[in-house]
Amino acid sequence: MSCLDTLQSYALRSLGLGERALPTTDFTFCQQATLIGSGLAWNIYFGALALLTGFFLAVAVALAKGSDHAWLRKPADWFTFVFRGSPLFIQFFFGYFLFLSLKQSVPVFSPLTSAALGALIVLFLNTSAYSAEIFHGALQAIPKGDLEAADAYGLAGWTKFRRVTFPTMLRLAWPAYTNEAIFLFHATTLVFFTGFPAIQQKGDALYYAKYFAEKTFNPFVPYPILAGYFILLTLAIIGLFQLGSRRLNRHMPAQGRRWRAKFQVIR
Amino acid sequence: MLPACADPSTLEGLSWYLCYLTTGKHLSFYTSFGTVLLLLAVTAPAALALGFGGAMLARSRVPPLAWIGKGYVAIVRGVPDIAFFLFFVVALDQGFEYLRHRIMCADWDQPVRQGNDFVVCDIAKLPLNSSPQWMHEIYGFALAVLTFAIVFGAFAANVLYGAMRAVPRAQMETAEAYGMTHRQTFWRVLVPQMWVYALPGLSNLWMVLIKASPLLFLLGVEDIVYWARDLGGSKTPQFTDYPHGDWRMWYFLFLLVFYLAFTRVSEVVLDRLMRRLTHGQAIAGGEAQRKTAMVGPA
Repeated sequence: MSCLDTLQSYALRSLGLGERALPTTDFTFCQQATLIGSGLAWNIYFGALALLTGFFLAVAVALAKGSDHAWLRKPADWFTFVFRGSPLFIQFFFGYFLFLSLKQSVPVFSPLTSAALGALIVLFLNTSAYSAEIFHGALQAIPKGDLEAADAYGLAGWTKFRRVTFPTMLRLAWPAYTNEAIFLFHATTLVFFTGFPAIQQKGDALYYAKYFAEKTFNPFVPYPILAGYFILLTLAIIGLFQLGSRRLNRHMPAQGRRWRAKFQVIR
Repeated sequence: MLPACADPSTLEGLSWYLCYLTTGKHLSFYTSFGTVLLLLAVTAPAALALGFGGAMLARSRVPPLAWIGKGYVAIVRGVPDIAFFLFFVVALDQGFEYLRHRIMCADWDQPVRQGNDFVVCDIAKLPLNSSPQWMHEIYGFALAVLTFAIVFGAFAANVLYGAMRAVPRAQMETAEAYGMTHRQTFWRVLVPQMWVYALPGLSNLWMVLIKASPLLFLLGVEDIVYWARDLGGSKTPQFTDYPHGDWRMWYFLFLLVFYLAFTRVSEVVLDRLMRRLTHGQAIAGGEAQRKTAMVGPA
């Protein structure tokens, strides 16, 4: 089988298209690279959707954390505490078994036990909590003068939030938020190790890498392939966020506009 | 096992739970919490040492050494840590066996990789086939510790490298002006001062390490996740004296609470440590402490 054939039969395997049976003997480099790359679709699906939806909840929770009302602040604090204080791995397990027992009592919940929805919900809540903490920190760091200037111009309420508070918060939070996005995409590799089933062997990149490593008993080929894909993905995320940063900082003097990806350990 | 638990079928209510929670398997579950704590206790200093080495390499004035150090830090940032865990456990194992194979069975002429098999001579196997079970368990655990240390060493290197650069340049220049050599400057001026800059990053890293500890399960160690899955699964009367439905949700809820308590306690302790370390330091935190002390509690 030539590499082009392999590409045709396995390039969309993780979505359930193409050849049904995974290769079982005579593994070629091409097969490994194709299947692991096809699994990356799941990582991008989980990461992109969780990040996009999580953004809105994160802003809401961050605002609630800074609220003067205890009935808003307390739940927000508990939410971030629970999701930031416990391992994502355990959250996945707990979420899966919770959904499983929900399904047994109310069959309507059965889609939740699939990775596509159930794991996405866990990731959404998890990244919301981490991002909320970042945004909350940024809200606290908004220069007092900016807010006073907004008051002086007669801005208040929603207009003040939309035109001053929110853009400044986003600008200050951006480097840490970039980091969170990278970590989130990395965290998506945990999904298929935690009970969420890879139905018909439709798994993510790490799922296929592990499959090959176990079949060939040689970790030195599949994992470096996986690493290569993830480095590319990480670079793509950094590139995208750099575009965002340029837009957020376009009113700043040139010196402040220079942007470097700053890697910190935050998760 | 309590003597009252001799006949579980007659038990009811609280005493059933009491007996159920003290079965041999549950005791193994409780000891596995010790395994996790032991992993953290061994890994943290090992990772710190590796991280220190990595940061020193990254600062090296010899370009190839600096590349190695920077590459070590960078690669772990770009690739999911779980991929490293899965990789290193097997790679280290095969690496050790291959080394022993080359030394102990020098006259072996067949290749080590035959198709999908990894073949080394019998006396090079780790641990030996004849070794008792506990040796196998210790070896598995040691591999896990080494893997954790390598991955978290890279994180620590990142933090320590940043901390070394954060020490005010004037301090180093003063040391040089006094005629200290490069090495003396490093050990007598830089290293003692860097910790206060490193502590926020290191405490963050400790939290990340705690939260990575359940990944031990993926490395084949019988840890808390293993037992929670095992004990929580539904049990029929055929196989156990204590039949019950699918309780895995509750077991994992318990693990969730355990980790929440653990990270919370760590956070409080690290906060105190930070406050003590910043005391009297010429940084914003120390200055804030001084001002509060002068004004008195508000």
